[in-house]
Amino acid sequence: MAKHILAALVENRPGVLARVSNLFRRRSFNIDSLSVGRTQRENISRMTIVMESDTAEADRLVKNLYKLVDVVHVDHLHSQPSVVRDMALVKVSASSDNRREVIQLCDIFRARIIDVSADSLVVEITGEEEKLEHFTELVRPFGIVEMVRTGVIALGRGGHTLKDEGYKPNRGRSSSRRNVL
Amino acid sequence: MTDDTTAADRATEEAGMNTEAVVLTGAEIVCECLLREGVDIVFGYPGGAILPTYDALTKYPQLHHVLTRHEQGASHMADGYARATGKVGVAMATSGPGATNLVTGIATAMMDSSPIVCITGQVPTGAIGTDAFQETDVTGITLPITKHNYLVTSLDELAEVMREAFHIARTGRPGPVLVDIPKDIQNQSTNFVYPTEPVTLPGYKPPRVGRADQVDAALKLIRESRRPIILAGHGISMSNANRELAQLCERAQIPVALTLLGKGAISEQHPMCLGMMGMHGGAEVNHAIQQADLLIALGMRFDDRVTGNLATYARNSRKIHVDIDPSEINKNVNVDVGIVGDLGEVLRQLLDRVERRPNDAWFDRIAEWRADSELREIVRPADAPQHPAVPEGKLLGAQVIRDLFEFTGGNAVTVTDVGQHQMWEAQYYQHERPHSLITSGGLGTMGFGLPAAIGAKMARPDQEVWAIVGDGGFQMTSMELATAVQEQVNVHIAVINNGFLGMVRQWQEFFYEERYNQTPMVNPDFCKLAEAYGIPAARVTERGEIEEAVNRNRALTAGPTLIDFVVEKEEIVFPMVPAGADLDDMIRRPTPEEFERKRRERAAAAEAPEEAAPEPEAPAAAATVGTRFGV
Repeated sequence: MAKHILAALVENRPGVLARVSNLFRRRSFNIDSLSVGRTQRENISRMTIVMESDTAEADRLVKNLYKLVDVVHVDHLHSQPSVVRDMALVKVSASSDNRREVIQLCDIFRARIIDVSADSLVVEITGEEEKLEHFTELVRPFGIVEMVRTGVIALGRGGHTLKDEGYKPNRGRSSSRRNVL
Repeated sequence: MTDDTTAADRATEEAGMNTEAVVLTGAEIVCECLLREGVDIVFGYPGGAILPTYDALTKYPQLHHVLTRHEQGASHMADGYARATGKVGVAMATSGPGATNLVTGIATAMMDSSPIVCITGQVPTGAIGTDAFQETDVTGITLPITKHNYLVTSLDELAEVMREAFHIARTGRPGPVLVDIPKDIQNQSTNFVYPTEPVTLPGYKPPRVGRADQVDAALKLIRESRRPIILAGHGISMSNANRELAQLCERAQIPVALTLLGKGAISEQHPMCLGMMGMHGGAEVNHAIQQADLLIALGMRFDDRVTGNLATYARNSRKIHVDIDPSEINKNVNVDVGIVGDLGEVLRQLLDRVERRPNDAWFDRIAEWRADSELREIVRPADAPQHPAVPEGKLLGAQVIRDLFEFTGGNAVTVTDVGQHQMWEAQYYQHERPHSLITSGGLGTMGFGLPAAIGAKMARPDQEVWAIVGDGGFQMTSMELATAVQEQVNVHIAVINNGFLGMVRQWQEFFYEERYNQTPMVNPDFCKLAEAYGIPAARVTERGEIEEAVNRNRALTAGPTLIDFVVEKEEIVFPMVPAGADLDDMIRRPTPEEFERKRRERAAAAEAPEEAAPEPEAPAAAATVGTRFGV
């Protein structure tokens, strides 16, 4: 069992997230995190999927993702040099008595304070998952009021780019629009 | 599968359609697209949200609509149509209950990779998500049981979606595609030009040829093997690779075992063909698989019904797996060489270089196993000495199928339901040609038989079609008798009527100590039922009556016909690999000698009950069946 990070380029169509998440449920894949967002290409979104599994299971997920018509490309990012980031917003209890201690911790972790109120701070922290977990452990004694994480996102380093040169936006669909109008 | 663009182009030419812009409604665009895809028959059932399209159908007499009696029948008929021809079958239904009634047929098509396109009406776009009358999230419901599905969100994309739907359904590993079209989009009109560019889907590129290094590796394994066996599945016929399969097995002298859906991949009269493998496959076939040193799996998916216990499955063999779906490779069985590609292409790659060499010793061993199986055979010519287990004056379901095979000359397209009769069909009806057995293998859908047979017969009107159904499954969709009459579909129905849900009863006998809970059935008089629909019907209760009844119905060529075969109630399908058992650990019918010895022992035990200590017998199931009819 190891941590596997998969990146998938998907066509930006309604329902694509439902298709991918339904696949996880339907074939009993155990997913740690999934994050989705737009890319530099208008029609393409990118998903980062983290799963704890053996390699055979990860391969099985890749093959099944490819069966989805909307999935253009899938890659293992854990098997190549890559940068991996997670982000959290953490609302920590902090009054004037101990605010300074929390700010010190934030400095050490290079976290930013993005909101201050009389009895709490909102901290933005970015890094690998371990760093985020370590940070939350350290601020827990002050009291974590609420928190949210984005889930992992990742990119291959340098020349390790997700190969999508074969991708062409769907000509047919756009031309049909022209024809129909 | 046929090449997508040419089929559409040909259809365009034949229909004499031009490519100039015309003002059409969404509903008319749907019909226009169906025509361009070469569709001639639509199976369906109208309703509110699909009414604009039904109205448009009146302007397209080339599209023949078949009114079913239930939408499940429509999806099964489209499936039967597709399986009989390899063309895409089309089902149409309204929103809500119409759409949900299609679901069983869609799941059936998905499991057996059958190309169908289902078109459903949806409530108007503005009403979606408001729980409007007859609204249901059919794209959500069918997400896991379609190859792909669409909710059309604007008229602009309708034609493109329709083209993509047919392209996806028929190419690669075929499967069902659903297109959900809101009513307002069917009603809107636009200046329409049929798109002419080929369909391009960036995330969908069906593989064709196998990788050269993997083909090399496969050839090396074949060269090194002494006891090879080919496992041929549905993929052979779907890729039209039947000739290539025959050439491969002849050239390299490799015996061929068939999956249930693989029947027809190669003629069962072919000397290299062993017959069906798996749970109710031939004992000699399962032995051969377990003793092989090389499995060559072609277009099959190592379903649990063909492997039995995976931990002991073909343990000493190396394995080659060829499939068009990469996710099938190493899914259930880890293989040494996995080749992803179209079977026709890959087999031609192999054929170019496979070496000719004898495997006589291997064939001799298989022949020994077969001789043992033949001893236990219960279906013999009527004038030959019978197996002592055959009860006097009773008709066996297995005999009916064998005689049906005889009297139809083995040339019929048979469509089965699911259960004991389905397995007897697989065991006793020998198929020579592809697409000649149509049966629900993966999903095991009772109720499939009659509607799928109607679809198959309408697809191939020149072919003799027999629907072989059990009394249980027949009653799940028997309302489609009316469809067959209305359309005058000449499908011959054989009801194998044992008054039980026979296969479930068999499991109860083996594994639940003969507690026949909810398996006996009180049936209607099937002949009178047929008569009510105006269908000629006969009842057969003895083997001697089969020939005349079959020939009489074969001579009727106008509408449907029916024979009610009243058979032995507690017949068993032998051999049987219990679920999860090792593939060669089969419950088998005793040989005549074993049977007579057991009968004597039982008689002796009855005379002196005190002394006859119950002998510990294993497996428990074998002990049960040893003393009962059916063996």
